[in-house]
Amino acid sequence: MSSGGPNWFKYASPMAFYPLAGRLIPWFAVPAVVLTAIGLYMTFFVAPVDYRQGDAYRIMFIHVPAAWMSMWLYICMAVYAALGLVVRTRLSSMMAQAIAPTGAMFTFIALWTGAFWGKPMWGAWWVWDARLTSELILLFLYIGVMALRAAIDDTRRADRASGLLALVGVVNVPIIYYSVQWWNTLHQGASISMTAAPTMSRIMLWTLLVMTFAFWAHAFVTSLMRVRGIILERERHAEWVAEMVDETK
Amino acid sequence: MLEAVDLECVRGDRRLFAGVGLTVAPGELLHVRGPNGSGKTTLLRMLCGLVKPVAGEVRWAGRPARELGDGFLALLTYVGHHNAIKDELTGPENLLVHARLCGAPDDAATLSAALERLGMKAYGRVPCKVLSAGQKRRTALARLLISRSPLWILDEPFNALDVGAVATLQQAIQGHLQRDGMVVLTTHQDVPIDGAVKTLHMGA
Amino acid sequence: MVRRDLTLVMRNRADVATILFFFVIVVSLFPLGVGPEMNILRTIAPGVVWVAALLASMLSLGRMFAADHADGTLEQLLVAPAPLALLVLGKVIAHWLASGVPLVLMAPLLGLQFGLPADGLAVLMVSLLLGTPVLSLVGAIGAALTLGVRGGGVLVSLLVLPLYIPVLIFGAGAVDATVSGLGGQAHLSILAAMLVLAGCFTPWATAAALRISLD
Repeated sequence: MSSGGPNWFKYASPMAFYPLAGRLIPWFAVPAVVLTAIGLYMTFFVAPVDYRQGDAYRIMFIHVPAAWMSMWLYICMAVYAALGLVVRTRLSSMMAQAIAPTGAMFTFIALWTGAFWGKPMWGAWWVWDARLTSELILLFLYIGVMALRAAIDDTRRADRASGLLALVGVVNVPIIYYSVQWWNTLHQGASISMTAAPTMSRIMLWTLLVMTFAFWAHAFVTSLMRVRGIILERERHAEWVAEMVDETK
Repeated sequence: MLEAVDLECVRGDRRLFAGVGLTVAPGELLHVRGPNGSGKTTLLRMLCGLVKPVAGEVRWAGRPARELGDGFLALLTYVGHHNAIKDELTGPENLLVHARLCGAPDDAATLSAALERLGMKAYGRVPCKVLSAGQKRRTALARLLISRSPLWILDEPFNALDVGAVATLQQAIQGHLQRDGMVVLTTHQDVPIDGAVKTLHMGA
Repeated sequence: MVRRDLTLVMRNRADVATILFFFVIVVSLFPLGVGPEMNILRTIAPGVVWVAALLASMLSLGRMFAADHADGTLEQLLVAPAPLALLVLGKVIAHWLASGVPLVLMAPLLGLQFGLPADGLAVLMVSLLLGTPVLSLVGAIGAALTLGVRGGGVLVSLLVLPLYIPVLIFGAGAVDATVSGLGGQAHLSILAAMLVLAGCFTPWATAAALRISLD
């Protein structure tokens, strides 16, 4: 490590990370609540009615960010899992474990809101379209990773086994993302890209971004809260946990 | 020379052992002793690279065994708690598979000589599932007789053996030590072997 | 390695027969459930045969490493001075020869029962020929991860089936496309690509999984 700057590796130890996570939670919790409120207000009252899809399109403001988060969180989980496997820092595996339920929840929300949108638009709750199917596979993968972890008693082995499975499943993420381009299916293509001008109105774009950040903050809060719980559970025999418990008595 | 420094093993919540160090020089035998559940088998598996230590490392000739990879594995023969005998195959077939796998001599003469020395020649044509526990153990130990590797790691090798077979195995170990081989073994019996015998006591 | 596993299989022929019968029975259940309407049967035939092949292949996964794990042979494989991924590949090939190939050979007969046309039957065979090794390769990861885990049999299906879905889609899709006159070439190419990718990468993942499971 270079002498200048904070020592980031310090926070790779659960003991140092526990209080840091505690301090960070309010910083994400407040934006999560505020942005969700603003986002929902914009979704229902500010964003104009779509001239083709009517009011039903408004569910997109939840659906799209949830779908983005489902994929993004999977990648985060896989990266943490890989770090846990290669560098073998204990915290990485704990983070991977903490992210999985949040990711599964967003995947479920994306599928559910998608079904609500699909009913009026496509006339069916569910269509066996490439993107829907691969998002469903993503949900199965999240569940598989969690189930494998739950089935193994030894935490170190559980970390490594579920981490490997998470890594193998990463193959699916690009398939979901590009499925709309690779297969000409019912699901519409992305409406936003970094390079071209957006095909939607500015206010819709803003609503979408606000909701995305709200979800992101939410993911941070839940993962950090969960990882604090995991740290306490796994380090319950460590001295610092005992000391902390004594202080609060 | 085999060397292990500061090995630590954690199983679930329990620390099985910590700070275990050992050295085995050519011609030496290390006898690992300790009560049941003290981590003898785990220590042996750690030396083979089957179990990753939480801390510490295993070294061969001063270099970490993990870096040497297959090069290190080529130097050792491991006979574990389980016999690794396929019930459906005959004794010679089992031995042949092992020989191919480890690059040991695999001609029929060597294999049958090894089995004969352990008194298993008469059973060359029957599948191993009809053999008794002791006979299976003998077939597993025949691996040592064809092995050319300098390091033997044996987990309870005397288990289930009768007096005659114990004597044969002792001779084999003795001969291996005289050829500057190294042996690490666990057993609850005393090891009546002349030469450099070291003992490592594992706590409960 | 391949030869050893095949010898083992030959001495346990009953196992292979069980899997094959399972395959046949599952496929035969559909006409009984759906009714003997030939047109319907013809449309669902590719999917039915593929799903049955999937289940049969998954059912036999447990055997791939479990016996070797129980009698200590797996430990010997891990301490052998040979690349573990190659040994794994050998075991997977043996598993495929014992469980996949019989399915491939049996499939046209079942397709005939469902009234598939000749070109459909040919493509069904080719798609199974390309697809079943992928199932064995990917399934090996799941089998290795769940070694010695409680409820391993059910868990392995939870882990492996999501990864099987793409193979199913393109395998059954190839036959569908051929029967409807579109040509299954594209689907078969994608299956072949999957086979190449799976052949290159899954043995390493399985080897890593085995090391984790034996730790």
